[in-house]
Formats: sequence, C-alpha cells, structure tokens
Amino acid sequence: MIKFSEEKLNKVQEIIRRYPEGKQKSAVIPVLHLAQEEYGWLSAETMDYVASLLRIEPIEVYEVATFYSMFNLKPVGKFLFEVCQTGPCMISGSDNIIEYIKQRLGIGVGETTPDGLFTLKTVECLGACGYAPMMQLGKHYREHLTKDRVDQIIEECRKNAGMLN
Amino acid sequence: MGVKLLLEKAHVEGIRHYDVYRREGGYRSVEKVLKTMSPDAVTEEVKKAGLRGRGGAGFPAGMKWSFLAKPEGIPRHLVCNADESEPGTFKDRYLMEFLPHLLIEGLIVASYALGSNATYIYIRGEYAWITDILENAIAEAKANGWLGNNIQGSGFNCEIYVQRGAGAYICGEETALIESLEGKRGNPRIKPPFPAVKGVWDRPTVVNNVETLAAVVPIINMGGDEYAKIGVGKSTGTKLISACGNINKPGVYEIDMTISVEEFIYSDEYCGGIKDGKKLKACIPGGSSVPILPANLLLKTAKGETRYMNYESLSDGGFATGSMMGSGGFIVLDEDQCVVKNTYTLARFYRHESCGQCSPCREGTGWMEKILKAIETGKGKMSDIDLLWDIQRKIEGNTICPLGDAAAWPVAAAIRHFRDEFEWHVKNPQECLTRNYGLAHYADPIHVPV
Ligand SMILES: Cc1cc2nc3c(=O)[nH]c(=O)nc-3n(C[C@H](O)[C@H](O)[C@H](O)COP(=O)(O)O)c2cc1C
Ligand code: SF4
Ligand code: FES
Repeated sequence: MIKFSEEKLNKVQEIIRRYPEGKQKSAVIPVLHLAQEEYGWLSAETMDYVASLLRIEPIEVYEVATFYSMFNLKPVGKFLFEVCQTGPCMISGSDNIIEYIKQRLGIGVGETTPDGLFTLKTVECLGACGYAPMMQLGKHYREHLTKDRVDQIIEECRKNAGMLN
Repeated sequence: MGVKLLLEKAHVEGIRHYDVYRREGGYRSVEKVLKTMSPDAVTEEVKKAGLRGRGGAGFPAGMKWSFLAKPEGIPRHLVCNADESEPGTFKDRYLMEFLPHLLIEGLIVASYALGSNATYIYIRGEYAWITDILENAIAEAKANGWLGNNIQGSGFNCEIYVQRGAGAYICGEETALIESLEGKRGNPRIKPPFPAVKGVWDRPTVVNNVETLAAVVPIINMGGDEYAKIGVGKSTGTKLISACGNINKPGVYEIDMTISVEEFIYSDEYCGGIKDGKKLKACIPGGSSVPILPANLLLKTAKGETRYMNYESLSDGGFATGSMMGSGGFIVLDEDQCVVKNTYTLARFYRHESCGQCSPCREGTGWMEKILKAIETGKGKMSDIDLLWDIQRKIEGNTICPLGDAAAWPVAAAIRHFRDEFEWHVKNPQECLTRNYGLAHYADPIHVPV
C-alpha cells in the first residue's frame, strides 16, 4: 500500500496552498518529487495515489511523469550515477569517466549492478559545465571527476550502504 | 578590475544569510521603492537603465514590464526563470547559490512594480540543493518583514514560492515553463496570446531570468541613468559570463561589456588562457544554441575590428561571420577538439529535449543527430553534409518555439565554418576514430564561408 506519512501529507497541503484556489494540479511535479524521494521510483500505483491526493485524473499524472527525465519509471539502484555527456563535459573528458565507471561497476549505461547498489545513466547538461566532468548523485553534484574521485565516490557509497543495512 | 554590481559581495563570509546580507546593505532597494516610488516609477527606472533580458534573447526588461496587461480584478504574476539548462550556462546557479538574498530582493522590487502578490521561482529540478538555499532565504526574508502581508507597513503583500522542474530544457522557454508550472507537460504554447496578456492560469504574467531580476537591485540603488552609463551602447550594465571548456580558469565572471573577447580569454582576471598551453581553435560564446566561431572570427570581426564581449559586437556580421551573446555560456575549444563530435553531442541534446509537438523539430533533430553520429564515427557520406545543411534550414523558422532554431543554428555554423573538418571525417573513416582534424587550417586569415 502506498501511503505518505502524516508529515508528507502536510507538506502536500502546504504545496497546494501556493497556488490559487482550484489550481492544485500545479502541485503535481513537486508531489511526484516527494513520492520519488520516498519510494525511489514511480510505479503506476504511486502515480494513482498522487492523482488521488490532488483530485486529478491518473492520466494527468502519467502524462507528466513520462515527460520529465528526472522521474524514474522503473526501479533504480540505491545509488544513481547520472553522468553528463553534453558538449562542454565531453570536451573536458566525460567520455573517459563514463568508460571508467562502466569498467569499475561492470555495467553498461542504463544498467544496475546485480547487488542493486548502483545504476549508471548518462544525462544531458546539468549546469555544471565549468566544473566538468561531473555527475549528479542524489541531491548533490559531484564535480571535477577524475578516476580517483570516482573510486572514492564508489567507496563512499559502499560504506553508506553498509550503514543503511 | 571591472565594475561589479552583482557579484561584489559574493565572497563576503556568510553572505548567504540574512543578517550578513542586510549588514552589507541588502534590502535597501526594497525600502527605497516601498517608501518613495510608485510601481510605474520602478518600471521607468528599469527602462532608463536599458537592462536587457539576461536569459538569452536580450529583450529590454522595462519594455516587457510595461506590456503587462492590468485588467481590473485579475491577479498578475511574476515568474522567475531559473530553469538554466542551456549547455555552457551556469551563471544563475552561481547567483542563487552564493547570493540568494540578492535574487529575493530583486524579486520583491519587481513584484512591487508589476503588482504580483504571488511570485514563483521556477528552478530546474536538478538544482535540488539550491531550492533549499532559496527556501531558507525566503523564510529569513519573511521573518524579517520583507515578505508576507503589508511589507514594511507599505500595504504591499507578496509571497515568493520555489517550484522545482523535473528535467526538461524546454521548460526554460517561457510558455513551456508556464505549462509546467500549471502541472502539465512542457509543451510551448502558440503565441499570441503572449504571457503578458494570458500567462499562468490565464493571468497576465511576466517571465524574467534570474540575472535580469537580480540586476534590478543595483538599478534601483544607483538609479537607471547611472546604471546605463556602465557598458557600451545598448549593452548597459554588467553581464555574468559562465566560462567553460579548455581554459585555465573556468567559472562565473561579471564583466562590464567593454572588454575584448581576447582579454576575456587570455587575461588572468578571467579565463586565464587556453589550458595546457594549447591553441584556441573555436568558441561558442553564448550558450550551445548560438553559432560557433573559429578563433580568427572570434577575436576579430570580418571587418578586422576587435571583437568585444557585448551584445552588438558578438553579433557583428550576423550569422555569416558573427554569433550572439545569448545566455552568456562561453564554451572554449582547444586545438585538439573535434567540431564534428562537439556538434554531434549538441544535436543529441536537442533531439533529447525537443518536446515533439512540431514535426520539423521532432523529426529534424532526430535526423541531424543520426547523420552527425554517422559522420563522427566514420560512416558518413559526402552527400550527408549537404543533407544536414538542408535539414537544419527546413527546421529554422518553421516551429512553434525557438528550440527548433536553437537546434538548427549550431549545426549550420559548424558546417559554415568547419566544412573541411566534416569532409575530412568522410574521407578518413578510420583515422577520424583515433585523431582529430588538425589546427593548421584555422590559423589561416579569415575564410569567409558559404
Ligand atoms: C528552448 C528555450 C530554452 C530557454 N531556456 C531558458 C532558461 O533556461 N532560462 C531563461 O532565463 N530563459 C530561457 N529561455 C528564454 C525564455 O523563453 C525567456 O525569453 C526568458 O526567460 C525571458 O527572460 P529575460 O527577458 O529576463 O531574459 C529559453 C528559451 C528557449 C526557446
Ligand atoms: S520547436 Fe521543438 S521544442 Fe519547440 S514546440 Fe516545436 S517540437 Fe516542441
Ligand atoms: S555540459 Fe555537462 S554540466 Fe553542462
């Protein structure tokens, strides 16, 4: 059963109050973010739940969830590496970083490691072009990537995973 | 050192927090407008300042404000465009990350001028931590009486809300942004009606870039006339440039638009020269959508004059021999970079970001990506180069929103100035996989193109 905590439900109400009366549909992206933070990805069931919270049709939520690239419509690993590959990052060496991560994790782009820890994705420009190569990991950016930095980040994630379990 | 109007205080310890910001003179512009100016007088100052939109198109901000419809009884909204997704552009991020109160201050002044009681910052979803920084700053401003009801006893009410996007470059286009803010897919609207008449929830709306709105603060503090004295011609005030690529000092710089491109690239105050002692090959001076220029046309115009970092000079020569200021995303390519590969990654970007509403854009961006990939990987034919040229021409001007143009221009400029490099790829299908076309050609005197 998908159900937000009391705290999250209050947050939803607070978001809805930002818009004029009757325009609660505007909250769909912020509420999908809340849902994804909670469950890691958006299942049909989760999207239906969001629709019911906002009193809109499920299709209105599906339409949005499928349009925006940050929403995961399939489960992803605990740690999602989103490496930028657009021009400015490419001329600063992102190809090598992507190759290195593939080799270190033993997976291709779009794949998840068998232990469910890591997913590798390539993304387009994240607005960090001056600090390239870079990737997004959760809420934050990891910039100025080198092979050593990648090793450290992988280590760090493994450690955190150990603590979470 | 050039004039600094926006970033002057960026390095003051703790400036992210209200107390420090206020102590450094923050929120004076709000005091000034609420106590001494009518909303229209604020718009007048912005007009006098000659401030041009910093989001890319360079439209005069004061004029945009004066177009806002004001029908009786219908609320109006100001929306701050913080979607910043144009490759090469990361200046708004810098402003919001280090000087969140400067943006909030500018937003309050602009909201007062426009009569917006509910103002929204639409920020790209990936800037999640910046959303927190902004929300903190808003809470601090509110706790100190700069937001909420009856601000500073003036009778003016204003709230600011941060809305996160979720990964879509197209939501930077103002009508797509409005759709997204309404909780829909980011499909641009057909104009007219313009947002100034029918924007978010069908209400009159002004959409402005982060940097544009932050610039309102110094304009009010110093007066529009004084602001207009900085810079040159119609490029008034200062501009933030985010510099990246193969340079020694990538980062965000505030310039006063009187410096030359050469100074910007080579001086230690700015980019600090090309990395690893290499030579400059080419540059995309205003974000990925604007035409790429070979080194010779970048540093000097076709007439042989020095090129400067301002709106007029960067576009001197039109698209045949010039480029654009755009969003200020300055991307530098050294002698070892491959223009074909760079153009391919940009074509992929635009295909990925096309919303798919118009067939020239949806299909055209897909074809351009495919053909460029083939040429880049040694599988291209000579006729592909003309085909690419033909496709980009058929996109430009034939779409609902300017993303189509934005996708076409980089391809056109790459072929215009670097056709020999495309041909070399076709003629050397094996070699192009392991090495790039040399620099020699670009050291030639200006070769004016097709
Ligand atoms: C495809 C596309 C993407 C855009 N992205 C942005 C953006 O990320 N930020 C921005 O301020 N303006 C962007 N713009 C320009 C906006 O449509 C609009 O002109 C701008 O926000 C107006 O603000 P300004 O007048 O202050 O520059 C984009 C335009 C297009 C066509
Ligand atoms: S030009 Fe492209 S992005 Fe713009 S509306 Fe048409 S399909 Fe969508
Ligand atoms: S190109 Fe990678 S962050 Fe901009």
